[in-house]
Amino acid sequence: MAQGVMIIAEERDGEIRKVSYEVVSEGRRLADSLGQNLTALLLGSNIKDKAPKLGHYGADKVIVADDPRLEKYTTDAYVSVIAQIVKANDPAILLLGASFQGKDLSARLSARLGVAMAQDCTMFAIEDGNLVATRPIYAGKAYAKLTFNNSWPQMATARPKVMALNTPDESRSAEILDASFTLDDGSIKTKVADIVKDESGKIDLTEADKIVSGGRGMKGPDNYNILEELASVIGATVGASRSAVDAGWRPQTDQVGQTGKVVSPNLYIACGISGAIQHLAGMSTSKLIVAVNKDPDAPIFQKADYGVVDDLFKIVPALTEEIKKIL
Amino acid sequence: MNIIVCLKQVPDTETQIKIAQDGKSIIEDDIKWIMNPYDEFGVEEALKIKEKFGGEVTVIGLGPKRVTESIRTALAMGADKGVLISDPALEGSDSLAVAKALAAVIKGMDYDIIFTGQRGVDEDNGIVGAALADLLDIPNISVVVKVEVAEDGKSLKAYRPVEGQVLIIESGLPVLITAQKGLNEPRYASLPGIMKAKKKPLEEKTLADLALDPSDFGEGGRKMKVLELTPPPQRKAGKIIEGETPEQKASELARLLHEEAKVL
Repeated sequence: MAQGVMIIAEERDGEIRKVSYEVVSEGRRLADSLGQNLTALLLGSNIKDKAPKLGHYGADKVIVADDPRLEKYTTDAYVSVIAQIVKANDPAILLLGASFQGKDLSARLSARLGVAMAQDCTMFAIEDGNLVATRPIYAGKAYAKLTFNNSWPQMATARPKVMALNTPDESRSAEILDASFTLDDGSIKTKVADIVKDESGKIDLTEADKIVSGGRGMKGPDNYNILEELASVIGATVGASRSAVDAGWRPQTDQVGQTGKVVSPNLYIACGISGAIQHLAGMSTSKLIVAVNKDPDAPIFQKADYGVVDDLFKIVPALTEEIKKIL
Repeated sequence: MNIIVCLKQVPDTETQIKIAQDGKSIIEDDIKWIMNPYDEFGVEEALKIKEKFGGEVTVIGLGPKRVTESIRTALAMGADKGVLISDPALEGSDSLAVAKALAAVIKGMDYDIIFTGQRGVDEDNGIVGAALADLLDIPNISVVVKVEVAEDGKSLKAYRPVEGQVLIIESGLPVLITAQKGLNEPRYASLPGIMKAKKKPLEEKTLADLALDPSDFGEGGRKMKVLELTPPPQRKAGKIIEGETPEQKASELARLLHEEAKVL
């Protein structure tokens, strides 16, 4: 019978990504409430020395698939290897982070395993020994509480920045095992030909701790420099509304909302964003929302914890200066 | 080059989602149904590739009869033919079941590239594309903003932005690509296009036509059950920052962020 919790860790450039520690932490909580073990699966090339860190966050066991062909993620190779290891270990619950890689991997892996998968969940619980997953649908206009119907493992991905991170305990040591798998070169049909890094070091909106976002009220692309300044002072990533992206003021990767990115930062500062339903859907799981808008009737104020009704071109630079004094 | 585009209908993104009495579904009465915006990018990209390499673009929709409108829209944009998979037994199917029905239609077809949207803006699963590729045993590349088909028409490069970088992924054909915003600017259907679309072939298939077992589909075939749908958590009423001047308001806001909310 399927037993235990398994998580799949994500690695980039030799480091385990933060979302994976969030997933290990959540996996630990679920394993504890089941009274079962937590296994982490780590894939990569020359990655084994990173495995103990997964133990620090709560894994009892780490299975490492170390192979030069797993150095860069490809859907084909990863799905093939992971499916073998999952089948051999038969976990009751299988969790991944809902990063770009995690979403791609989990979708294809669920088909390979022939199981259902709850994508981009914001909450998990164990009820009657089974996993109950809660996830936003319609980009957060509604939430669905889901359970699995004789589908093993119960598979889900966790939205980044939502699951509480355990405090790493370096005295905790996990059992580390080498995975046994076969990988046929012929089954790898795609290859990463090139990687273009964003040299600005900008943290992706989906993983940002703080976001300063600008909408139509910014009036033009050049005015975003005041948001960039505020963002650099508080360590935030700059985002944009759909109208700002469609006007060509900001790149598409900056768009927050139903047809852009769904974000959950600790702080979201919306500047000159009226709060169209599609935008609100994309940012309403932010922990603290600040809105700066001239229009007191803007719908964004209904979601905001702090609202400032005033000209953003006066407020934002003044706020940047005030924060500099405090920090 | 033959290209397939899979599309679904979703509620217009303006829609206010209302939960039905049963607590497990949404009220569909006043919903305006549109082609999933991400699928539209797929249609446009297919047409652009066809314009360069020739071949045919086939659009496959799945769902109730109303999905015909979206298929006709794609035909009016320039696609050559349409297939609608429609069967009462499909109502409520999960992502894997949808992929299975699509795969059953596609298996007999001759194709080089399949496009789907990177996700439906309804349930936001983003599973069908990858699952379909797995069932067809072809590679998939997800969330793509640029496609470059090689001059010889035998391979392509797809640009996939992920956190902090863009992956350029190379694949032979056939391949399945899921379309992300930024891939292109979908064209509008022209009036002659709309007229022509009325005469283009649009075939309808039921599960029986595809030799599929209805018990694998619909609510009964779901491997994941909805326990309940709820509205998003309510946020508590916010505070409007008072002050005589913008500087005063900014100063008070900075203080609150630092001392009350402790986010700085």
